[in-house]
Amino acid sequence: MSFDLPFRRSTALVLASLLAGAAPAALMAQTPEDTLVIADAIDDIVSIDPHEAFEFSGTDLVNNTYDSLVELDPTRPGELVPGLAESWDVAEDGVTYTFKIRPDVSFASGNPLRAEDAAWSLQRVVKLNKAPAFILTQFGFTPENVEEMITFDGDTVTMKTDKPYAPTFVYNCLTAAVGAIVDKETVMANEVDGDMGNAWLKTNTAGTGAYVLRSYKPSDSYILEAREGHWRGDAKLRRVFMRHIPEGATNRLLLERGDIDISREVTSVDIEGMEGNADIRVETDLAGYIYYVSANQKNEALANPKVLEAMRWAIDYQGMTESFLKGEQTVHQAFLPRGYLGSIDETPYSLDIEKAKALLAESGVTLPLEIKMSVRNSQNRTDMAQSVQNTFAQAGINLTLSIGEGAEVLGEYRARQHDLTLQSWGPDYPDPHTNASTFALNADNSDEANLTGSLAWRNAYDPGELMALTEAAVIERDADKRRALYEEIQRKHRDTSPFIAMFQENNRTAMRSNVQNFYTGGTVDQATYWLVEK
Amino acid sequence: MTVVPDTPAPPFRLPRPIRLIGGTALSLAITILGLLLVTFIIGRVVPIDPVLAIIGERATTEQYEATRIALGLDEPMWKQFAIYVGDAVQGDLGQSLRTRREVSEDIIRYFPATLELATIATLFGVLVGVPAGVLAATRPGTWVDQIVRIVGLMGYSMPVFWLGLLALLIFYGILGWVGGPGRLDAGFSMMFELDVPQRTGMILIDTALAGEWAMFRNALSHIVLPSAVLGYTSMAYISRMTRSFMMNELGQEYITTARVKGMPEWRVVWVHALKNVMVPLITVIALSYAYLLEGSVLTETIFAWPGLGSYITDALFAADMPAVLGGTVVVGVVFVTLNMASDLLYRLVDPRAR
Repeated sequence: MSFDLPFRRSTALVLASLLAGAAPAALMAQTPEDTLVIADAIDDIVSIDPHEAFEFSGTDLVNNTYDSLVELDPTRPGELVPGLAESWDVAEDGVTYTFKIRPDVSFASGNPLRAEDAAWSLQRVVKLNKAPAFILTQFGFTPENVEEMITFDGDTVTMKTDKPYAPTFVYNCLTAAVGAIVDKETVMANEVDGDMGNAWLKTNTAGTGAYVLRSYKPSDSYILEAREGHWRGDAKLRRVFMRHIPEGATNRLLLERGDIDISREVTSVDIEGMEGNADIRVETDLAGYIYYVSANQKNEALANPKVLEAMRWAIDYQGMTESFLKGEQTVHQAFLPRGYLGSIDETPYSLDIEKAKALLAESGVTLPLEIKMSVRNSQNRTDMAQSVQNTFAQAGINLTLSIGEGAEVLGEYRARQHDLTLQSWGPDYPDPHTNASTFALNADNSDEANLTGSLAWRNAYDPGELMALTEAAVIERDADKRRALYEEIQRKHRDTSPFIAMFQENNRTAMRSNVQNFYTGGTVDQATYWLVEK
Repeated sequence: MTVVPDTPAPPFRLPRPIRLIGGTALSLAITILGLLLVTFIIGRVVPIDPVLAIIGERATTEQYEATRIALGLDEPMWKQFAIYVGDAVQGDLGQSLRTRREVSEDIIRYFPATLELATIATLFGVLVGVPAGVLAATRPGTWVDQIVRIVGLMGYSMPVFWLGLLALLIFYGILGWVGGPGRLDAGFSMMFELDVPQRTGMILIDTALAGEWAMFRNALSHIVLPSAVLGYTSMAYISRMTRSFMMNELGQEYITTARVKGMPEWRVVWVHALKNVMVPLITVIALSYAYLLEGSVLTETIFAWPGLGSYITDALFAADMPAVLGGTVVVGVVFVTLNMASDLLYRLVDPRAR
């Protein structure tokens, strides 16, 4: 029939237009030679103002666009190296720190770096008082006193703390993103309503870093461009293009086709699927997250030390990391992540059902013990919880799992209403005090105190002698003695507290095999782009 | 003398099109108010503490209380709802818990990508679905009809997530015929961000306006696959509906008359019958267009398409209720508006519906 013709024609037209569009795809399959293309989930970014940013993706960006007075060497975890301060010192009084500013450094605007910029930046952190400000204000700075506590003269910045602290504690805190030095003139030129340039810095950068922000679309992408003549030596690649691609399978396809250089969002399934692909390499390093089970000490049975010890022997740590957590988690039984000053590698506990049974029999509690455990609704956590449920049952503890949405479980935990809970904790800044202060400090164990920021308080746990040790460690001026103190605290904490640390999370980064020298920052989580070559 | 009685003045009536539009606007307003009520209630009954979601794990009790008051959560429920409606009417959908940005600003940035995708997908659905439906109707029971039916059934029954991944794997991963996830290749994408004025947020239009034809073709190679996957479902629906409308129409007497008078068959089918079928089809097409604007959530996730669907999904995973509900309100409004518009169009076009 004659009406066949127009239909065929229209089909042909559609097909032709599809093919016309498809043709150039093959030509552009590789990423541009001078550009590092990274896929990651960047929708966690609240702000890229370095004195406000407190999320993983935001601090990655800050690390590459700003510098700090003191820095951590990305290639040697935990090692302090000079940043914008070429040297530093602490006076005999233990409270006066001086930093000598590196000469001939300029900001992206062309303005020279002055001691004034450094002092002003640290003051700005305290005055803005955004989420990460406590990292500096814990040294006794307040908006009222900070102009006297942090001052400058010539090429020197002087910082006075309210009391003597361990110098390593002070320096480590300055390496955090919040210690970034900003260009005072540029930032203040963009001030609106006394916000010290906060609104402007949410979408712009004004640092001395290896890269400058060229474009930023929240939850979509950002583009960084390398600066010429950087004091540390120029970045190897001219541009960094970050794309927000949260889906694992999509990441894998893009990486296999060579449309991205690095993926930070691949899952175990994707990694398994890419095994044997010579074009792809997967690198693993330790992240800062610790997964633990903790017991509310308001529950009489759970306050029984024998019950707590029995539980430590009734978890199949090894079995989990060798099966469903393979590659994702490493067994770790202390509250400081490996890589931190004073961290310990020992794993004395392993699955021993008989020992657990014996301990429970000694404890005098009625068996089987009926306990509820609250867990956040995510795959790896519910898997962990089910394994614990299984081995606990063999020992004589019947676990009921209460699985809920993250904020819901957290709400219960902060209100001290849980029995057992499976949780994770990531450090806030690269110093052992960040975790010690929450796992082993609880100034007031009463309900009224409401110290919700302390994990010890949430579990109604009185750390006893560990409190004094933790207070001593944070002011110990000798780095070796300080390390030894943290080791001691962790061992005692591990064996007596209601916390059962189980795992430390791994970072897994999949990249094209030609990509070299990408450092995620490991436990500190500040990725370094300027060393990457391809 | 005869007195001519005054003829009573006819009651004042607004012209018909205005009455029609006024009535529609009223029912639109009521529907949207209902929608706002539903999203408000959902936002209050989900077991997610919005305060905790904002301040996070580390916050103190004082910060908690301050934030709770700042959010207006200490006010009575009816007042909270009144504030919510008042804000929504002014385009203020609240602040995203995750990003602290205004939800309405976010939506303005994300919507063009979705609009572009859904429009191309609907074009695909109409250009393929209508002819396929006509073809099937004119040859009922033949192999042509069977194929159209089977292809249509597959479009209905295959989960879009699976279909999208499979299509990506074959046409992008293995064959390399089309661009991958995202709206442009990395190189073009950077050029687009840095050098092309973004007037509409729709890449095909912006690159065409800037005369960047290489980039335009690249964008086309990226939109082909997601729009085809998305358009497949609506194509299936449109072709089935076209077939049934057409079958009905071809049995009418005026068709027989036309045929008896010796009119060529293609003219009978493609001009006379199709013209009448187009009236009810407008509703079908408008509804499937609205469906694509909301139903692209999964497709956008797989194809890393920075549209409203991705936005709502990401927000959902982060328990960011203001963003989820804001997105829902916008999708709901678009749906209701398109529905009413098609209704209006239908009544204006079809004399029988007057």
